Amino acid sequence: MSNTNIQVREDGRLRHFLSTEGLSRELLTEILDTAESFAGVTEQSVKKVPLLRGKTIVNLFFEASTRTRTTFELAAKRLSADVLNINVNSSATVKGETLLDTLRNLEAMHVDMFVVRHSDSGTAHFIARQVQPHVSVINAGDGRHAHPTQAMLDIFTIRREKGADFGRLSVAIVGDIAHSRVARSQIHGLNMLNTGDVRVIAPRTLLPAHVESLGVRVFHDLREGLRDVDVVIMLRLQNERMEGALLPSEHEYYQLYGLTEEKLSMARPDVTVMHPGPINRGVEIDSQVADGPHSVILQQVTSGIAIRMAVMSMAMQQSTTQDNHA
Amino acid sequence: MPKPRIKISGGRLIDPENRINDTLDLYIANGCIIAIGEAPDGFQSDIEVDATGLVAVPGLIDLSTRLREPGQEYKASIDSECRAAAASGITTLCCPPDTDPVIDTPAVIELIRYRARQVGAARIFSLGALTRDLDGEHLSEMSALKSAGCIGVSNALKPLASTLVQRRAFEYAATFDLTVFLHANDASLSANGCMHEGHISTRLGLPGIPEAAETVAVARDLALIQQTGVRAHFCRLTTQRAVRMVARAQFDNIPVSADVAVPNLYLSELDTIDFGADYHFIPPLRTQTDRDGLREGLSSGTLSAVCSDHQPHDSDAKLAPFPATEPGASGLDSLLPLTLKLAEENHLLLQDAIARITSGPAKILNLPYGELSVGRAADICIYDPAATWQLNADSMHSQGKNTPFRGWEMQGQVRYTLLDGEVIYRKD
Repeated sequence: MSNTNIQVREDGRLRHFLSTEGLSRELLTEILDTAESFAGVTEQSVKKVPLLRGKTIVNLFFEASTRTRTTFELAAKRLSADVLNINVNSSATVKGETLLDTLRNLEAMHVDMFVVRHSDSGTAHFIARQVQPHVSVINAGDGRHAHPTQAMLDIFTIRREKGADFGRLSVAIVGDIAHSRVARSQIHGLNMLNTGDVRVIAPRTLLPAHVESLGVRVFHDLREGLRDVDVVIMLRLQNERMEGALLPSEHEYYQLYGLTEEKLSMARPDVTVMHPGPINRGVEIDSQVADGPHSVILQQVTSGIAIRMAVMSMAMQQSTTQDNHA
Repeated sequence: MPKPRIKISGGRLIDPENRINDTLDLYIANGCIIAIGEAPDGFQSDIEVDATGLVAVPGLIDLSTRLREPGQEYKASIDSECRAAAASGITTLCCPPDTDPVIDTPAVIELIRYRARQVGAARIFSLGALTRDLDGEHLSEMSALKSAGCIGVSNALKPLASTLVQRRAFEYAATFDLTVFLHANDASLSANGCMHEGHISTRLGLPGIPEAAETVAVARDLALIQQTGVRAHFCRLTTQRAVRMVARAQFDNIPVSADVAVPNLYLSELDTIDFGADYHFIPPLRTQTDRDGLREGLSSGTLSAVCSDHQPHDSDAKLAPFPATEPGASGLDSLLPLTLKLAEENHLLLQDAIARITSGPAKILNLPYGELSVGRAADICIYDPAATWQLNADSMHSQGKNTPFRGWEMQGQVRYTLLDGEVIYRKD
């Protein structure tokens, strides 16, 4: 697949980060290792390194986001880059020409990196194909396709909790897989890291066609699916799913798929509970579990900054090297 | 000025309708074919076309050509696309009603016909709107449309409000013996989908259009065709199952025909894997099994026509994230070579391949073209079966350069196109 080609430079290093699909295990591991080194930085009192001084990063968000945008902004600032946040109202019709025009205008201001979020799957790939050779693109979420930095921060959190041997891990992703770009990116990333067992647990209405072709085992029963897992990742359930005739009610969903202490007891005793947020307490997860000893939900947020610093610096470092060659 | 007397000599004639497949001379006068084989007494040609090594077939008939005029002249025009048709050996075009304004009044038909006459490079026929402004609720004035020259009615890709409206529309069309051209699609199932629902749409996170969006609609449509007795044609089928349903209906003597668009005969959902906007089609590219099923349907005759489904675009139309791009490809230039390729690859016999772009569509449209018969209009395409060329923006004649076949090596190149007994295109 040429996803590989567009994300990676000729020398094998990261150019764009659009999807966890198509990247090698070495590259994903490098992202995790680099993030580990930055995790130290974020814990120091002076939280800045000068790696991207003089670089300009634009957060180009066509979809509302507070948390993701904020962590990207913090990550960029801790790398000493100049950051520009641009929020384009996606409810106003965003036409192709407008997107391209916006891009060209910003490029003319000598931007070095775009961090892009858009409701259309494929937007980050599209932009990556359009930008000049020295510009990198980071996908901050495109439609239902990919949200690779979120997936990598989840995987980073798993590695910190469970160690680097993914082969012995069993990971279950629970909830609205069909509409989740996070789930897709997690599945590809976990599989590339040779995770022993990746499961999805949901009713059929929340699973996309041929989901097993992504390399997962499919369960419709939460208790059965949670049996002996090491990690549970709960996905947010959007309210509008009730309107599309995908689910009868939040109540029934919670009864069947809401994560409670009782259901969690099916998993391994040292199970780690994750959620990419924002949480719907009492819909997909019980507060006792969300705030309980197995939960690493807040650590995920902290990891988010380190992962985004890692990805940004890796993509940009390469362009610095290239500039020197030129 | 009288039309020239033309002798086409030395060429191989293939006319599926008359079961001709032989090296024969062709004699033309007053715009008509006057003899095949032996010269009429005292025939003196004004023009002699040496077709040695070439193949002469009836001028091609394309079931669906978006001309973009009126309404989207920045994409293409009647002028540009009629010339492109001529250069592609296509002499008869059928224009769907989803122009702007919609073809729901005689005035729009008259406008298109007037512009076509000015260009003089192709016969253009129009389908009238089945419902007013294609709104799916109010019947169009079908009798007036028929009087103005519409050869069928269609709601193009727009859904009908209910099965009841559909029933009434079929009954009303049947009153005037109009063929209904259907795009089998259950709009609530296809919703905002932009590609085939399957493992690729799952991977790409693109909203999918399930196979059932087509098969559910075909089942419903067939039931209403049977109920109302209307003559109907399924446009651009994409799934193997739908082809089988239509085959069964034909076996049961229900008056239905069906066609397939060229891209669905060569491409599949797999081609979409890189979000390439040139592979964005509505209805979508399906699975490889469907592609094979369509080829089989073409070979068996269930699908009696191959269509370019010509949708020329400006370059901006494809410069956006996949779901935001406009679907469809510019198809006139590749209709002949990619239909010939089916025979080349042994998916069907050469004369059957030719039939699917000549006599097949002629019967669907109920037109007296698509055959080389004495007394009929001399619409002829003469091509070099050995010539190869590459499809690209430079070699394409259509104003729309959007094609998933860019860079493909094409075999078979049009050398002459005759319309009504006049040479309207010639490539030396």
